[in-house]
Amino acid sequence: MRLDNVEALAKCREQARASIDAYTCRILVCSGNGCMASGAQKIYDELSRLTEGLNQVSVEMQKDVPHIGTLKTGCQGLCEYGPLVRVEPYDYQYVKVQVEDCAELVEETVKNGRPVERLFHRDGDAVYEHPMDIPFLSKQTRIVLENCGNIDAESIDEYIAAGGFSAFAKAITEMTCEEVVEEIDKSGLRGRGGGGFPAGTKWKQVLRQKEKERYVVCNGDEGDPGAFMDGSVMEGDPYKLIEGMMIAGYAVAAENGYIYVRAEYPLSVKRLKHAIAQCEEYGLLGDNILGTGINFHLHINRGAGAFVCGEGSALTASIEGNRGMPRVKPPRTVEQGLWAKPTVLNNVETYANVPKIILQGADWFRTIGTEGSPGTKTFSITGAIANTGLIEVPMGSTLREIIYDIGGGLKNGATFKGVQIGGPSGGCLVEEHLDQPLDFDSVKKFNAIMGSGGLVVMDDNTCMVEVARFFMGFTQRESCGKCGPCRIGTKRMLEILEKIVAGNGEMEDLDTLEETAKFIRERSLCGLGKSAPLPVISTLKTFRDEYIEHIVDKKCRAHVCKAMQAYVIDPEKCKGCTKCARNCPVSAISGNKKEAHTIDTTKCIKCGTCLENCSFGAIYVQ
Amino acid sequence: MLDQSYYDTADRIIEQYGKYPKSLIPIMQDIQEAYRYLPGELLTYVAEKIGITEAKAFSVATFYENFSFEPKGKYVIKVCDGTACHVRRSMPVKEAFLKELGLSGKKHTTDDMMFTVETVSCLGACGLAPACTVNDEVHPKMSPEKAVELIQELRGGTHEA
Repeated sequence: MRLDNVEALAKCREQARASIDAYTCRILVCSGNGCMASGAQKIYDELSRLTEGLNQVSVEMQKDVPHIGTLKTGCQGLCEYGPLVRVEPYDYQYVKVQVEDCAELVEETVKNGRPVERLFHRDGDAVYEHPMDIPFLSKQTRIVLENCGNIDAESIDEYIAAGGFSAFAKAITEMTCEEVVEEIDKSGLRGRGGGGFPAGTKWKQVLRQKEKERYVVCNGDEGDPGAFMDGSVMEGDPYKLIEGMMIAGYAVAAENGYIYVRAEYPLSVKRLKHAIAQCEEYGLLGDNILGTGINFHLHINRGAGAFVCGEGSALTASIEGNRGMPRVKPPRTVEQGLWAKPTVLNNVETYANVPKIILQGADWFRTIGTEGSPGTKTFSITGAIANTGLIEVPMGSTLREIIYDIGGGLKNGATFKGVQIGGPSGGCLVEEHLDQPLDFDSVKKFNAIMGSGGLVVMDDNTCMVEVARFFMGFTQRESCGKCGPCRIGTKRMLEILEKIVAGNGEMEDLDTLEETAKFIRERSLCGLGKSAPLPVISTLKTFRDEYIEHIVDKKCRAHVCKAMQAYVIDPEKCKGCTKCARNCPVSAISGNKKEAHTIDTTKCIKCGTCLENCSFGAIYVQ
Repeated sequence: MLDQSYYDTADRIIEQYGKYPKSLIPIMQDIQEAYRYLPGELLTYVAEKIGITEAKAFSVATFYENFSFEPKGKYVIKVCDGTACHVRRSMPVKEAFLKELGLSGKKHTTDDMMFTVETVSCLGACGLAPACTVNDEVHPKMSPEKAVELIQELRGGTHEA
């Protein structure tokens, strides 16, 4: 079905709404990455099978005819409790649904409208029937994620019914290119990929270029370990991203757009391809869109496993078929980006904000968030947190709100130690930052970056020196090797950190670390190198005593660093069975039969064999 | 020497993306998807077809972590070592896989070409940490014990097949 004009789009929306209203019951099965991994596909198949007979009851899809629809939505957010199933119109939220539960669910809720109480989310004595009762969801402000979990991620009709493409229609019928750019500029929308550069400024600069061939590129190379917000948008509401890019294309008069998706997100690629094909079929992408003479083609490029491709010039090099290495700037991407043409390059979340801004206006957008950073921010909260998941909150929310009110505090009631923000190139926020409002500018002041929004919560079982080593190992591996400071500097820093973790550190190592960090920050070619030392700088500042403990006392308080562990036998529990002594590869364990054994720490190689094999739990790590 | 079918597959893939230098990466990705690795001879062939030098093609292929010139096992196990998985102890899971399969940090594929074990930076399944994938299917909340069970299950499955 091709939509030939804006009126046809409006008509299509009415029809789509009518057919959704015709459902007397909708079962929404979350099919985000998390729930899929916990078996959502099986739940979907089972529910489809169980409701098949009911489908036949409805002769056709029209109002007042009983009709059951089972659909796959995007991420509903509560990944920890997957697979998630929501049943409309009752708005019952079921968690951890198993195949065996489906029959009861259909019988009770679908056929009789009664809840299956045992499937509700529980927290202590509290039982949550509806999604909005759950603090995790009710404390969020969802703009980018508004459709995630509410519409079928593989149905353009559902997106259209939810008001999709009306922002694009408004832009092309009521606004000039300049007005669109002006609106985005006024909204103060800043790039959500990490840098926080104002999107409107970028668009303006591209629009100003003499060169008429221009491109719109979307950075979906969400490489930060611990971040999956963009992946969730691409999977859960691919149309919103597409609409945002279409508006950008119109605004800067570009006829081609590229979405660069991370190789590790096969589901995103699949859903986007499907969505693009549907848009082309509807005449929303391609030539002569909605009969207006506007052309816009969208292409997908898959990444090939290079973190550095999240950097603008490396990303465009990769699309061109080259090694993904950053280049010296200027010229900047807005002047000479993809194929050396003016290019608007934003990330997924940034584009996903665009339709709503066009529809509701810049002034509305500015009512959310802070003065300098309007709007919301999506975060993925992971690590030692009770509710792992995907959230969206106004800019300026505090860490305490995010971690305690929404995230439910630390897992197993552990003690909060810090939170890594901005991925491997970000920094660590600690106790004293808990009540500071988070936005692009405030985070910078704490020696960290907003990054794309990955928040990894760490408790006191985490060794900060080891974490710094982990991140340095990551950036060192991912350094593209083009410029010396990053290539050599990260390697030297990693060597020092490995030395400290191995228990061979010296106090002057800390000075060398700081000096090298400063050097890399100042001299690297691209953002990857410039931010690579951040985790070390921020942990050295906040957790210096832990570094010193590792170096001077040869002690790791979190018992993580292997070199500093000592295996000890509890004489109370040891039965003298001799099993550990027999298994020890270096004969470090001695003792008489039926008497408590001891481990000679000078011989022990900390392989852990004794601990694994002890039948009495008598061996522990100190 | 590769048999002719490899070149036919390559031709079909090249046809799909067009004989342009920019098609190099998608072509390599599809070839790798078809054969689970990128045969060097085939890359030389592709380079010539799309009009780039062999050196250029190899420079691009070696830059990206996803391309492998070594054949991989039937089951490619990717253990996530992203931040969230790392702090939830993903490395003992990897070690369990390696131990169970008799592999090491240097040897990634078993001699019978059944299993390849790799580490990836983040699968985006952080809510289910620690996670791993077997041929792109996500296995959530892993533990060293579950790793051993998984291998046994996969081995069992292949006997049936």
